[in-house]
Amino acid sequence: MTNSWTDIRNTDLVIVMGGNAAEAHPCGFKWVTEAKAHRGAKLIVVDPRFTRTAAVSDYYAHIRPGSDIVFLMATINWMIQNDKVQWEYVKNFTNAAFIVKDEFGWSEGLFSGYDAEKRDYDKSSWEYVVGEDGFAQVDMTLSHPRCVWNLLKEHVSRYTPELVEQVCGTPRDRFLHIAGMIGECSAPDKTMTSMYALGWTQHSKGSQNIRGMAMLQLILGNIGVRGGGMNALRGHSNIQGLTDVGLMSNLIPGYLNMPTEKDSDWATYMSKKGFKPLRPGQTSYWQNYQKFMVSFLKAMWGDAATAGNDWAFDYLPKLDVANYDILRMFEMMDKGQVNLYFCQGFNPLLSFPNRGKLTSALSKLKLLVVMDPLETETAHFWENHGEHNDVDTASIQTEVIELPTTSFAEDDGSLVNSGRWMQWHWAAGTPPGQAQRDTWIMSGIFNRVKKLYQDEGGPFPDAILNLTWNYADPHEPSAEELAKELNGRALEDVYDLKDPTKLLAAKGKQVANFSQLRDDGSTMAGCWIFSGSWNEDGNMMARRDNADPDETGAYLGWTYAWPMNRRILYNRASADMQGKPWDPTRKLIEWNGEKWTGYDVPDISPTAKPEEVGPFIMNPEGTSRLFTRGMMRDGPFPTHMEPFESPIANVFNPELRGNPVARVFADDLAQFATSDEFPFVATSYRLTEHFHYWTKHNRINSALQPEFFVELSAELAAEKGIEKGGWVRVWSKRGSVKAKALVTGRIKPMQCGDKTVHCIGIPLHWGFMGAARKGWGPNSLTPFVGDANVETPEFKAFLVNIEPIKGEAVS
Amino acid sequence: MNIDLSRRGFLRLAGAGVAATSLGAMGFGGAEAAEQAHVRAFKLASTTETRNTCTYCSVACGILIYSKGDLAAGETAEIVHIEGDADHPTNRGSLCPKGAALKDTVHSQTRLTQPRIRRPGSDKFEEITWEEALDKIARALKDDRDANLIQKNEAGVTVNRWTSTGFLAASATTNETAWLTYKVVRSMGIVGFDNQARV
Repeated sequence: MTNSWTDIRNTDLVIVMGGNAAEAHPCGFKWVTEAKAHRGAKLIVVDPRFTRTAAVSDYYAHIRPGSDIVFLMATINWMIQNDKVQWEYVKNFTNAAFIVKDEFGWSEGLFSGYDAEKRDYDKSSWEYVVGEDGFAQVDMTLSHPRCVWNLLKEHVSRYTPELVEQVCGTPRDRFLHIAGMIGECSAPDKTMTSMYALGWTQHSKGSQNIRGMAMLQLILGNIGVRGGGMNALRGHSNIQGLTDVGLMSNLIPGYLNMPTEKDSDWATYMSKKGFKPLRPGQTSYWQNYQKFMVSFLKAMWGDAATAGNDWAFDYLPKLDVANYDILRMFEMMDKGQVNLYFCQGFNPLLSFPNRGKLTSALSKLKLLVVMDPLETETAHFWENHGEHNDVDTASIQTEVIELPTTSFAEDDGSLVNSGRWMQWHWAAGTPPGQAQRDTWIMSGIFNRVKKLYQDEGGPFPDAILNLTWNYADPHEPSAEELAKELNGRALEDVYDLKDPTKLLAAKGKQVANFSQLRDDGSTMAGCWIFSGSWNEDGNMMARRDNADPDETGAYLGWTYAWPMNRRILYNRASADMQGKPWDPTRKLIEWNGEKWTGYDVPDISPTAKPEEVGPFIMNPEGTSRLFTRGMMRDGPFPTHMEPFESPIANVFNPELRGNPVARVFADDLAQFATSDEFPFVATSYRLTEHFHYWTKHNRINSALQPEFFVELSAELAAEKGIEKGGWVRVWSKRGSVKAKALVTGRIKPMQCGDKTVHCIGIPLHWGFMGAARKGWGPNSLTPFVGDANVETPEFKAFLVNIEPIKGEAVS
Repeated sequence: MNIDLSRRGFLRLAGAGVAATSLGAMGFGGAEAAEQAHVRAFKLASTTETRNTCTYCSVACGILIYSKGDLAAGETAEIVHIEGDADHPTNRGSLCPKGAALKDTVHSQTRLTQPRIRRPGSDKFEEITWEEALDKIARALKDDRDANLIQKNEAGVTVNRWTSTGFLAASATTNETAWLTYKVVRSMGIVGFDNQARV
């Protein structure tokens, strides 16, 4: 989230599209209710299903799964056509004025530079014109035909209300009503907030869905302000934290990048991290990259990381592909290229697509290690559970070790919520039986491997032998010790860069925040964005002052929000070019002539003059981006792409299938279906009473929602002869499931041009372990393909067929 | 499940105590004992209150966990009750149908309590000790890394990459567990490393 849950109280309009907060985030959604009740805020919901969020909305429209980009680009087009633009914001705080190369263009669904064979773009034309002074050229009048604004205007001109009706199945009048409601928030004193979740991410173009809304929010001037923002609701309790700490194939903590083979040495790697400002006087904060990277390497390898060995840069593995993400690992596993696999609190057999392929892949491992508080389907993948897991146990040669871990209630530490609040919690109970903390288990594994390398030697043991491990108890480092490592400390005395006599942090002391990190090896920090969370003032994450002066929703004394305890990112953009709040009743920070002051920690240098320094300090432009240059694989603007399995051809180019640059493995391509054979669109969803595959182990939740079902419209049920509460079979080209039919009015057939599209909803909470009745999840059916930028699987739009089967109807 | 225990209960108990003490002071010496004999102690009065966070979604509601026994004091602690934290700015004491039933997840009958192994081709798990399990895992890691670590690519660039072992981390663990996991996994050269954020 750019903002926080408690900030939603400040909004005028909530748009929930790509999410269902009332059911999936009920206690956070109460802030929407608060805004509606006490501020008169309105709620718009756009969703294929009439969800419980829709049930309390002021206006609802349905949309065909996977067509969101058309809706969003048409909304932007409507704003431009109807002059619903926050002009001062757009001109100064976005890259609307930047001039783009003449070679950049778009035709027939594709941007310039497409290579069909490589399924990739040559992105060299997706770039600004840079002048001889080294700065990007701009036209602040927005009249230059090649400025971003005019290119955007042309790009979105194709997305009309008629196209929305044809492609999304959303009636034209519904779309226009929503556009009108949104348009009101272009006024500087009106804000809209966007709340989205997996309904937008789980598509082969999920990143572009989100970009579409981010662009709309910028055009309305709604980023950086109270009650505005792009608010990813997110999933697990610490999914934000695990991303922040970089537990992903391509990440280093704090959103630094893993080196690739092209980064043959430290100098080459750092040469791409210059982040020279693209406009005069801009902050371009990533210019500090080297300080964060060296401090990370010092946290990893301590004294073994020196200037002489490039801070142990070669200790890090280098990638030869963009990602060894989960899809790629299961593809490799299925090809016999993976021997050992660890699942630490992760149940991929139910959470990744094409379960048949997952079972086949797991069966080819030598050893699977599962660390979990609960019995997972993954740990039991080899066990025959009849039709619910029909495997030939004896033929599966994979050895499986299942290790019992503590739960949240038996562990200390911090979690990052979706609003970036780092909240400390304390253990309350004794773990059951022999269950152990993950830190104890990881230490047990590491210390043993290290001993084997000490005793036996082996290839490149350096990174293992020299890993920093100076914990009081090497068998179980404490949460306090690890949190302090994440914050970072001075390894030598650290002085002010502008005043070398001023000592900032004495040797051995915790750094106050990331401004004290250095690139000369004198500091260490595991995760620079967490610096400030445990400094010499103590554990800031354990703070519990819930005071909220003037009820702004900021709660600055409650725990700690990264970065620097900021509660709303880009908050400098809440004020105009003179530093005065756009809306005085919703002041966040303001310029008092000398510095920025207000309710939040300024997201800019406190003394940066408002007319000189742009609010988007992480970007070399100093502005936000309506045009993302070459930073996304599938285009600098979002362009409509159909799901890989769709009943409708791409309206711009019927030859295109799915996202033209998404990675597709050959075997999976052969398993994509067409609507001739599989005529119905399916989408996955979640229920209030369950959390993923955990609560089916809880008898209360299992009693509340005991049994797997699928949801379909009364019209489709009538067409197929399906009874309410009757049994159905739903199958795709990859698998088949059996379920009770929930026949409702919550899903309606959609008219897309001359085609009637029926949609089937498939909740995801059942498996073959736990206290609930056995069932299946949507992943038995879904295609094995991910988003072109981040490889998040396409769970929200795929094709199935459905038929009634025998069994007693129970409704 | 009794989820209706609240601070009001504490006040009632405290009130009873005050009354009994007052009676005693006025000369009714046996009153206190008689009072205690028929007033059942309030269930949470003897528990330890611990601040925690709901383990499910990323709204991260504040919760209070009540245990018999004080873990911080080195005692065995049994969790007997969980409720919303009224002081928490986001949830202000409220919980959803998942959070309200948290205790039954902690005490789920399918909680794992013992390291187990399923041998190749076997149709059952067998119990093993932690020592055996961790020794076996470490041996397997060492053998696979020794056999498959790619130290240099064809162009001679040092890559120190290990692709035949992968690791999925959990986004319900703490940042501190995540950091220790990161250190262990990356120091070995593992690149097939992800968490639920990929989904």
